[in-house]
Amino acid sequence: MRNEATAAAPLVELAGVTKRYGTGTEVETEVLHGIDLVLRRGEFTALIGPSGSGKSTLLNLIGLLEPPSGGSYRLLGRETAKLSEAELTRLRGRTIGFVFQFHHLLPAFTATENVLMPGLVALGPATPERRDAARGLLAAVGLGDRLDYPPRKLSGGQQQRVAIARALALSPELVLADEPTGNLDTHSADDIFALMRAFNRERGTAFLVVTHDPRLAARCDRVVELVDGRIAADRPNDAARPR
Amino acid sequence: MPFEWLVAVRFLREGRFQSLLIIGGAAIGVAVVIFITALVNGLQANTIRRVLGTQAHIVVRPTEEVARPQREAEPGGLVMPRVEARAQRLRSIDQWQPLVAELDAMPALTGVSPMVSGPGFAIRGDATKAIAVFGVDPPRYDRIVSLSERLVQGAFRVQASEAVIGKELAQDLGLAIGDRFRLVTAEGGTTVAETFTVTGIVDLGVRDLNRRSVYIAFRTAQAMLALPGGASQIDLKVAALFDAERIAQGLEARTGLTVESWMRTNEQLLAALRAQTITTSTIRVFVSAIVVLGIASVLVVSVVQKRREIGILRAMGASRARIQRVFLLQGAIVAVIGSAVGMALALAMTVVFLDVARNADGTPLFELHVSPWLFVGTALGAIVCGLLAAYAPAQRAAALDPAQAIRI
Repeated sequence: MRNEATAAAPLVELAGVTKRYGTGTEVETEVLHGIDLVLRRGEFTALIGPSGSGKSTLLNLIGLLEPPSGGSYRLLGRETAKLSEAELTRLRGRTIGFVFQFHHLLPAFTATENVLMPGLVALGPATPERRDAARGLLAAVGLGDRLDYPPRKLSGGQQQRVAIARALALSPELVLADEPTGNLDTHSADDIFALMRAFNRERGTAFLVVTHDPRLAARCDRVVELVDGRIAADRPNDAARPR
Repeated sequence: MPFEWLVAVRFLREGRFQSLLIIGGAAIGVAVVIFITALVNGLQANTIRRVLGTQAHIVVRPTEEVARPQREAEPGGLVMPRVEARAQRLRSIDQWQPLVAELDAMPALTGVSPMVSGPGFAIRGDATKAIAVFGVDPPRYDRIVSLSERLVQGAFRVQASEAVIGKELAQDLGLAIGDRFRLVTAEGGTTVAETFTVTGIVDLGVRDLNRRSVYIAFRTAQAMLALPGGASQIDLKVAALFDAERIAQGLEARTGLTVESWMRTNEQLLAALRAQTITTSTIRVFVSAIVVLGIASVLVVSVVQKRREIGILRAMGASRARIQRVFLLQGAIVAVIGSAVGMALALAMTVVFLDVARNADGTPLFELHVSPWLFVGTALGAIVCGLLAAYAPAQRAAALDPAQAIRI
C-alpha cells in the first residue's frame, strides 16, 4: 500500500496549520494559529493544555475528522488537502484509531462486535480469523470473560478497554485518544494508561493522548503543551523512554 | 452480514418500540390497500358479471336507414328542406353468413351468435302480452348468454314450434312445460300467428327480461319476422372484457355496420365503475402517503438519537454513502416486515368479511378477488414507499459532521 518514500516520511507533519470557525460570520474565531508539529512513528505523545486551548480541535484535524483552514497536513507523507472525501474516509479507517473520553461504544453491539466494527467497515463481513483476533485483543485488555457483553453491562473502565481494543483492531499507525481516562477513577486511569503504553511498546503504535493529568503526562515519551491555539512547549521526556 | 445490513438491523432492534410502531403503521397501510383493492375488484367483477350475464359483449346490427334531403339548404336560407327521419324497419345484415364465418375465426371472440329478433305478442286464452321474439341457434347462443344454466324448468331446446320463455311470462300466462301458446307478429305488414309448445322456462335474473323474452328457433323466427334467410343482429362475446370497445370499433370500421360494445351501451355503469376505481386509487395514495410520513418521522427521530453512533462509525471510516444506505435499508426492512404482517392481516380481514357479508339466502355476497399479483405489487409498492420515507432521514444522517456528532 505504501511505497518507499512514504514509508520514510514521518507519521504526521503539520506546517502552519490554522483552524477557524464561523468563517464569514460576525463570530469568526481562530482556534488554532499556525501549528507546526511532527509526530514520528511509534512515539507516545501527551497533548496537554488548559480547556479551550484547541486540543480537541487539533485532534480532530489530525484524525481527518475536520479539514484545516490553512497550512499543510501530511499524513504518512500524503498531503491531505489533495485527497477526496472518500479517500480521507478510507485513510482514516485504516491508519487512525480513536479512543474518546466517553467511551463511545456502539450500544447495540457486543464487546466483540464493537472491536470487529472497524474491520467490518474497511474489509467487509467478519471472517473467523478476524473474530479470533478481536477476541484476542479483548483478552489482551483483560476482558476475555466479557466478550459478548453489551456496553451497558460493562463498567466505565471496561468500556474504555473495549474502546482501546477497537482502536487497535486494524493495527493503525496512530491512535488518537481524547482524555481517555478523564472519566475514570485514578486506579482505572492508571490501568488504561498502562494498557496503551503496553500496546505502544509491543506493536510500535504511535499514540497522541490528550490528558489533564500531569501524572500521566509524565509517563509519555514527549509532552506537547497547547496554550491559546499555539504550541507553548514541546519537550521530550527522557525519563519515560523505554530503555 | 455486510456492514450496512448488520448496522441497520441492530439499529432497528435497538429502538424496538419505535420499530414496532412503524412496522405496525406499514402493516395497517398494506392491509387496507390490499383489502380495499380486493373488495372493489370483487364488487366490480360481480357487478359486471351480473350486468353482462344477460347481454352480449358486442352486438352487430345493420346500419340505420337515413333519409337524405333531395336538395341541400341554400346559402340564402330561402329553401330549408324538412327531412323526415325514416321509420326503422327490421332488416337483415347484408352477407351475414360470410361475416359469421369471419368472426368465428377471430381468436379475440369466444362466442358468435347470429339472431333474428323482433316484437310480437304471446297469447293464451284471454291474456295477451307484448314480448320480444329471439330466434337463436341454442349451442351458439349458449356461448353468449348461457340459457342452459339459467333454466328453471325444462331444457334449452327450440325446434320447429318449440319455445323457451322467461319465468315471469310463464307466470303471467299460466304456462308450464308442455303447454301451448300463440305467438303473433306483424312484421312486414302481414300478421303471422303460430302455436308454440313451452320446452323450457328460464330466469334471466332481471324481472323485465323474464316478462318479455321468448326464444324460438332461428329459422322459425326468420319466417315469423319476415326476414327469410336473414339475421337482424350478431351477438359476440369477447375473451377480454375491456377489449370489447376496441374490437367493436375495429369491426365497425371494417364492415361499415353498426357495432356496439357493452362499454358503450352501459356507459353509466362504466362511469360508476371508473369513479369507484378513482376513489380506491385516491385512498391507496393517501394511505401510502401516511405510511411514508410515519416511517419518515420515526427515522428522522432515530437519526437524531443516533448522532453519536453515526459519528463513531464515520470516524471508523464508514463513508457518507454507507451511512445513507444504513438508513435506507432500515426503511426497506420496515416496509418488507410491515407488508408481510399487512398481507396476513388483509387475508384475515377478507375471510372475516366474506363470512359476515352474505346474501339473504346465506350464499356469499360476492367473490373477493385476491390475486397473488396484488400481494406482489403491494409488497413492491411498500418497499418503494419505505425507501422514499427513508430518503430524507438517510440524507440527514449522511450529512452529519462526524467531529460535531462525536462531541455531543
